[in-house]
Amino acid sequence: MFLGSSLFFWLLAALGAAILPWHMQQDGVTVAGLVALGQEDPEASSALWQAMAFGRFWFWPVVAAIALALPGALPAGSAARRAVFLLWGGGLGLLAIVLQGMAIGVQGWSWPWLAALFGELDDRQFGIGLGGSLAFLGCLVMVTDGLAMRGLFKGDRFVSGAVGLLVASIALFTAWPVLTMLGQMFTPRGDLGIGASLVERVADSKIWGLACVGSNVNCGVFWNTLLLATCTATAATCLGLCFALIVTRTQFPARRAMRLLTVLPIITPPFVIGLGLILIFGRSGVVNQIVAATTGVELGRWIYGFNGVLLAQVFSFTPTAFLVLIGVVEGISPAMEEASQTLRASRMRTFRAVTLPLMVPGLANAWLVVFVESLADFGNPIVLGGSYGVLSTEIFFAVVGAQQDFGRAAVLAGIMLVVGLCAFLLQRAVVGRRSYVSVTGKGDVGLPTPLPPPVRVVAFAVAIPWAILTIVVYTMALAGAFVRVWGRDWTPTLSHFQRAFAIEWAADGRMLFSGGAWHSLFTTIQLAAIAAPITASIGLLAAWVLTRQRFAGRTALEFSLMLTFAVPGTVIGVAYILTYNIPPLEITGTAMILIACFVFRNLPVGVRSGVAAMSQLDKSLDEAAITLRASTFRALRTVVLPLLKPAIVTALVYSFVRAMTTVSAVIFLVSAEYEMATVFIINRVINGDYGLAIAYCAVLIVLMMAAIGLINLAVGSRRLGRRAAPAALPAGGRA
Amino acid sequence: MTDLPRLTGAEVRLQGVGKRYGQVQAVKPLDLVIEGGTLVTLLGPSGCGKTTLLRMIAGLEQATEGRLFIGGRDVTLLPAGERNVSMVFQSYALFPHMSVLDNVAYGLISSGMRKRDAHARAEVALETVGLKGFGARLPSEMSGGQQQRVAVARALVLEPQVLLFDEPLSNLDARLRRSMREEIRALQQRLGVTVVYVTHDQAEALAVSDKIVVMRNAEIAQAGTPAELYTQPQSVFVATFMGEANHVRGRVLGTAGGRADVMLGEMRMALPDRGIAPGEADIVIRPEAVRLRREGGTGLSATVSRATYMGSHTEYHLTSAVGELFAVSPDRLQRARPGETVSVDLDPEGVIVVRP
Repeated sequence: MFLGSSLFFWLLAALGAAILPWHMQQDGVTVAGLVALGQEDPEASSALWQAMAFGRFWFWPVVAAIALALPGALPAGSAARRAVFLLWGGGLGLLAIVLQGMAIGVQGWSWPWLAALFGELDDRQFGIGLGGSLAFLGCLVMVTDGLAMRGLFKGDRFVSGAVGLLVASIALFTAWPVLTMLGQMFTPRGDLGIGASLVERVADSKIWGLACVGSNVNCGVFWNTLLLATCTATAATCLGLCFALIVTRTQFPARRAMRLLTVLPIITPPFVIGLGLILIFGRSGVVNQIVAATTGVELGRWIYGFNGVLLAQVFSFTPTAFLVLIGVVEGISPAMEEASQTLRASRMRTFRAVTLPLMVPGLANAWLVVFVESLADFGNPIVLGGSYGVLSTEIFFAVVGAQQDFGRAAVLAGIMLVVGLCAFLLQRAVVGRRSYVSVTGKGDVGLPTPLPPPVRVVAFAVAIPWAILTIVVYTMALAGAFVRVWGRDWTPTLSHFQRAFAIEWAADGRMLFSGGAWHSLFTTIQLAAIAAPITASIGLLAAWVLTRQRFAGRTALEFSLMLTFAVPGTVIGVAYILTYNIPPLEITGTAMILIACFVFRNLPVGVRSGVAAMSQLDKSLDEAAITLRASTFRALRTVVLPLLKPAIVTALVYSFVRAMTTVSAVIFLVSAEYEMATVFIINRVINGDYGLAIAYCAVLIVLMMAAIGLINLAVGSRRLGRRAAPAALPAGGRA
Repeated sequence: MTDLPRLTGAEVRLQGVGKRYGQVQAVKPLDLVIEGGTLVTLLGPSGCGKTTLLRMIAGLEQATEGRLFIGGRDVTLLPAGERNVSMVFQSYALFPHMSVLDNVAYGLISSGMRKRDAHARAEVALETVGLKGFGARLPSEMSGGQQQRVAVARALVLEPQVLLFDEPLSNLDARLRRSMREEIRALQQRLGVTVVYVTHDQAEALAVSDKIVVMRNAEIAQAGTPAELYTQPQSVFVATFMGEANHVRGRVLGTAGGRADVMLGEMRMALPDRGIAPGEADIVIRPEAVRLRREGGTGLSATVSRATYMGSHTEYHLTSAVGELFAVSPDRLQRARPGETVSVDLDPEGVIVVRP
């Protein structure tokens, strides 16, 4: 098995350092350019050649470290001796690659003290390319191999490598950008010092101001955000509970249709609801026109601001709360309620004294999930917020606005991060107490108690109108795609679709995608399709490592993985442009930055669905495979993966669909070449071109439903005889 | 009937093997030799470390101290797949997405055998456990007992030197347990493989084992043949774990000529000398050694507090000067009644002095 040997990875590192071009090539790599030894241009050369021919001495440590690792990579000698070489060689190699990358940027030395030490450098370097990446990967695996040879991870190289890869990718694509961004808080502004400008930024009255109490002015964005998130979470949780009770505890005929509601937030592009509300309640909306026509009262712009954003968010996130609460209500053992009733409690008393208290941790969880989503939400506030600023939109305007104040963006992002983390930690604490939801493994007997009549009445009275309203909003939103100008010219038309998705035949018979939206649509589908399998495989690998392996630092790894979920999208977006604008990883403007963003934003969903599936999989199944002489990898491939098909579907669908509908992070990362659908739509919205925006949204919804169906088909279902295993979509955030 | 070839069961030798999870000592360093071709049971209450010990032999857990030899080869650091052992799991761990035949052939294909040969061998293994013709089924389409046999066939087909069982019968009902344990024993004898068998059921251990290792609190309490453990337990724990036993206190007055002079309440008995020094001693009395006499006995005086008719015998709870006694008596017709005073004699065969 040469492909899995340490020697293979040593050769990879050697190839990266000696043969392949080290830096990123502006015009892409040609086949001839792959052999970068003896090139005329230093930038197109390998590290070794740059050091030898162009006097770039900072590559010598890299080359030396890789050479040092060779005795460890050869399959001879004692494991202990080989481990020493691999650890030192690989470790020093990683260090040398990182240090030389950080030390020299596009303008020479990155830090003044280096210039003082080595003198002015009459040179610069670009971002790391193919060679550098391979060398990094090779060194990383050599280190993990060395660790496995030292007996860590039960001596399992595969596990060790997987953990190493996970740690490195989290460090590179989450920790480093977030820290870089937080560092921006400390950049001096004007002639103020570091401390003074930090204080000035943090103590900004635009953030903390309380002027709205008692007067008609807006409060600081912090309070705006907090108020909005609290109201949204409370309303959505109450509504979600009503829906969940109806679906699980009544014989309501439309129960199944109501369950479909839970799929909506997954496939809805982020502006559909905002647009729908504008078309109903906006200045030229249906309601406003009817009211003006019948009573002559102008309702005006009330939908823009707190009211509208709150309404839109409640519409958007109620299905999420609903999904979480279905599980909570279903998880309550009927036996407890039956016990209560045999103890002569009335239905109402049973509900108040048993059912409701049992649901409290679940309700708290749903509340916090919605709170975090509202906090991170960007689509609704940007469409409906008007002058009502929240953190996510303020960050956006700090970066793209005239001021280009990254320091301010960093401070706002830092505040958002802290609030998000607090909610996240609180949520873990709530769920960590095992919520009382009974998972005994024993089959529960008994029937759930019917709802007491008063509760039933309230649930129906709240949920039914809301469900109808939701349908109206969606219908209106989609209807907007088929009329010429909403509110003024109601002529039915397909012109919006035509402008977006026109196809013409050129003179030579070729198809021309002349519609304005084709480019962004193709890009979006392509990038989402690339990102989805990567997300799913890394996520499932992480899930497997976390549930099946015991090693030092496992909890820390799990925590940091889940932490990436708590970082709001806007924060990640700002962090990515700040970090990847400059070498050593100069990927701004490429497809890579978008893919990385999708993968690491959606990773926790893959991990969660994997962990959930894996914990239902008897651990002795993999152990049986291991005792039956299968390698760890074979056990994973032949036993674990086939049994995880539902989780794979979930992870694939989720990461694909979320990659297509996300906006908060990518809005910072798109470029002319790689434009995403959501960003295209938002630009149309900002220009007031609602028709085209809505037409595009409609197409996206249809596409995503098709994608979900396709992926379900492609992966197939597990063959387990009579038992059926439905794929469950977990609740997850969008932003 | 075609059968798998006879195997050469290897000796398993543990030298100071122990396992520690952080602060918790799951298995204290212990020495143990399991002879080739024998069936040895690890018996003990839950949490005593028996399963951890088995998993260390399997290679699913790494010993944190000591060395482990299988057939003379040091396997301490070898992963599970390279130890030439097979394991039957408590849950059977049959791969639910593979047919029975694919399950049994899995290990052979992992070891690099061609699929066709592996399937032929798997057929033989299925026949060995009496499941000829079931290969195309899925595990979920078989009964618990049949699944158990598939698990055994899957382990046996690799012709391991050592076969490990982790509480293999705990998911079966009582009747099936009896017949399966006999089948496992017969198979082991027929194929000559070394078997290490974990259970918490002493009846199961007595029925199948050449040797039983009783474990308690992460260490070996006593090891020996079933008869040794039953008749010569070295501690109250082993005595009470291996069948019912009354535990009372008595005195060893002195030893002479291979006999120990023991005082039990008012009663003086001569018991085999087991090297217990004179003084206070723990004494274990098997219930079947307690003989009741309703009239004119000369033994301990006791009062019947409860009498339970059990069909083939009667069970008594007695209150005596040495403490509560539990007795099993074959008399069925002339039962003593609660409240009645009886005289109790003890059969020296069933009275054992153990170290305090």
